[in-house]
Amino acid sequence: MTMDMTVDMTTSLASVELANPVLTASGCAAAGRELSQFFDVADLGGVVTKSIMLKPRSGRPTPRMAETPSGMLNSIGLQGPGIDSFIANDLSWLRQAGARAVVSIAGHNTDEFVSLAKRLYHQPVDVLEVNISCPNVESRGQVFACDPIASARVISAVRRATNPNVPIFAKLSPDVTDITQIARAVADAGADGISLINTLLGLDIDLDTMRPTLGGTTGGLSGPAIRPVALRCVWQVHQAVPQLPLLGMGGIRTGQDALQFILAGASAVSVGTAIFHDPTAPIRIIAELEAELARRGFRSVAEAVGFAHLSPEEQAAFLANRSPVAGVAS
Amino acid sequence: MAGETVDPAPAPAPAPAGPVQETGEIFDVTRFGEYTQFTVVAPGVARAYQPGQFAAVAVGGPETSMLLRRSFALYGVKPGREFAGTIQFVVAANGRGTEWLVQQKIGARLDLVGPLGVPFPLPRPGVPAVLVGGGYGSAPLIPLAEKLIAQDSEVEVIVGAATAGRLFGELQIKRLVGTVTVTTDDGSAGQRGWVTDPLPSAIERLGAEIVYACGPMGMLRAVGEVAQAHAIPAQVAVEESMACGIGVCMTCVLPVRGSDGVSRFVRSCVEGPIFDAGRIRWADVGKLPADLYGADGM
Ligand SMILES: Cc1cc2nc3c(=O)[nH]c(=O)nc-3n(C[C@H](O)[C@H](O)[C@H](O)COP(=O)(O)OP(=O)(O)OC[C@H]3O[C@@H](n4cnc5c(N)ncnc54)[C@H](O)[C@@H]3O)c2cc1C
Ligand SMILES: Cc1cc2nc3c(=O)[nH]c(=O)nc-3n(C[C@H](O)[C@H](O)[C@H](O)COP(=O)(O)O)c2cc1C
Ligand code: FES
Repeated sequence: MTMDMTVDMTTSLASVELANPVLTASGCAAAGRELSQFFDVADLGGVVTKSIMLKPRSGRPTPRMAETPSGMLNSIGLQGPGIDSFIANDLSWLRQAGARAVVSIAGHNTDEFVSLAKRLYHQPVDVLEVNISCPNVESRGQVFACDPIASARVISAVRRATNPNVPIFAKLSPDVTDITQIARAVADAGADGISLINTLLGLDIDLDTMRPTLGGTTGGLSGPAIRPVALRCVWQVHQAVPQLPLLGMGGIRTGQDALQFILAGASAVSVGTAIFHDPTAPIRIIAELEAELARRGFRSVAEAVGFAHLSPEEQAAFLANRSPVAGVAS
Repeated sequence: MAGETVDPAPAPAPAPAGPVQETGEIFDVTRFGEYTQFTVVAPGVARAYQPGQFAAVAVGGPETSMLLRRSFALYGVKPGREFAGTIQFVVAANGRGTEWLVQQKIGARLDLVGPLGVPFPLPRPGVPAVLVGGGYGSAPLIPLAEKLIAQDSEVEVIVGAATAGRLFGELQIKRLVGTVTVTTDDGSAGQRGWVTDPLPSAIERLGAEIVYACGPMGMLRAVGEVAQAHAIPAQVAVEESMACGIGVCMTCVLPVRGSDGVSRFVRSCVEGPIFDAGRIRWADVGKLPADLYGADGM
């Protein structure tokens, strides 16, 4: 019962090659420094930094979280030091730590996104993740990612303003009627890839006060509770824009979870809320994913991306001359 | 209320060694009134620990639907010599996670991350100090009292709770310090009233130059006010809801006035849980004051 454990774990997000397909999720790993107490962040596929805005931002009042079944609600409100401090302190740290840096940006309006992209033009950014799941002040607070036109406008403006060597990924919200419509809009606008999903809007009520628990009233739902929704979104978007690489996320806790996202069409995955339960989760998931791929006869991550979209006959033909581990293939 | 407090030149806390994640076996479970005390074999956590720090404990087992760790202040920490190092913490069963925890038996294994947070800053040797604990909040004051006594500080301890069953550590403290003042809201043990009732006379009797406190937020605020009235600082251990405990999520913030005079939302898990009470903007906890750093960026 020998298991062939030599799986090529490299993958790519558009033009950027990653050592493995496991990254952190924005807002769940700060800029990597705290997690480096538990493992070497350079061993990750990459660190996706907390969405940064132009100016320092206090975030929302507390309480900022509520635990929910297999998940949590958060209403942090994008607390952060602003782009200048981020570049000087956080990005420089991540750089010297040797990790791939996926920098997430967020703006109140298209101009702010553009200013952020320009500010990062000469910085050591591997991928730019454009968090369009935030309110657009120019559209009475409607979330950019809920409107294909607003989404496309931000993405095409950011694409023009960003260093042409840096791929940009649009981060989509699942709170839409048809996520493929938004995916096509950002693809047409020049996105090099898509990150999905952001949190789902939720609410919790404190039965002692009989008022909403969170200071921000509503909050974003994350964790394993949202995994089936996230997986469905990755599946649909992979079908809609098969040419674009996807960074999949939402409730990933194990290598098996990560494999589901890859089979659905993700080239890489981000681990978010699971870090709060287990700070070493991203590193553990790399090893678990490698074992899961090997067990099924995959020789590389690339072979598994979108594999669930093949017919049973196509799958069987592909794996026919492989020697999957005894007891797994029937 | 946030007037400047007198600084008795507390020694800068030595840079704490980093936290570890480890699985520890429960070595002992003891009930004290409404509380359950755990002694857990956790040499990695024990090695780097300093009084004031806490651990975050995973609850519910490997397939749990409770994703977030529960935080507990540490005490009774014995760095390993011939035996592996052990830690202690005391649990009040409140919600689902702590209910699960108090049902765990000797020999069960717990997934721990710690030690987390900054320790209590220590004053110059010999500086007299009053320590005030509310409910299980007296637990981390025990190792603090030991440290202060070891550096020749005179120490008085006041512990209080709503009712006798919610007192913790009063016997251990009495053995350690020689005397302890007990208050309960209902008079079921010690004197009836709040910990802040005997606090002014304790400060005056001792000529205390610093107060330490751990307990509910309302108590910490009141202790801070008494200390301020005596023109001495109060170092308090706060309890904010924490999702990660390690500084990556920004859920645990408090509005705190910095040494530059600017107020910010700071993470109580890594920049706390110990704060100078005079720097916390108590009246603004749970609010977003307009002068807070970055409030105009919202
Ligand atoms: C630094 C620190 C030290 C602490 N020390 C102790 C101690 O020594 N003994 C003790 O009994 N308790 C202590 N607490 C409080 C303890 O962490 C909470 O009572 C516990 O997390 C509540 O969990 P639950 O499952 O009972 O409640 P639930 O309501 O199920 O908890 C849901 C979520 O909210 C969080 N939460 C709820 N109440 C609190 C609270 N009061 N403080 C922080 N988080 C909360 C939980 O961590 C969890 O993530 C401490 C908290 C902090 C932050
Ligand atoms: C506390 C917290 C903060 C977050 N902050 C951000 C953020 O700043 N930008 C962003 O694009 N997504 C943010 N997210 C969303 C995550 O990146 C991720 O899309 C989502 O949580 C789903 O993944 P998960 O279930 O693995 O956490 C945040 C999530 C959490 C829980
Ligand atoms: S609990 Fe996550 S930053 Fe403090």
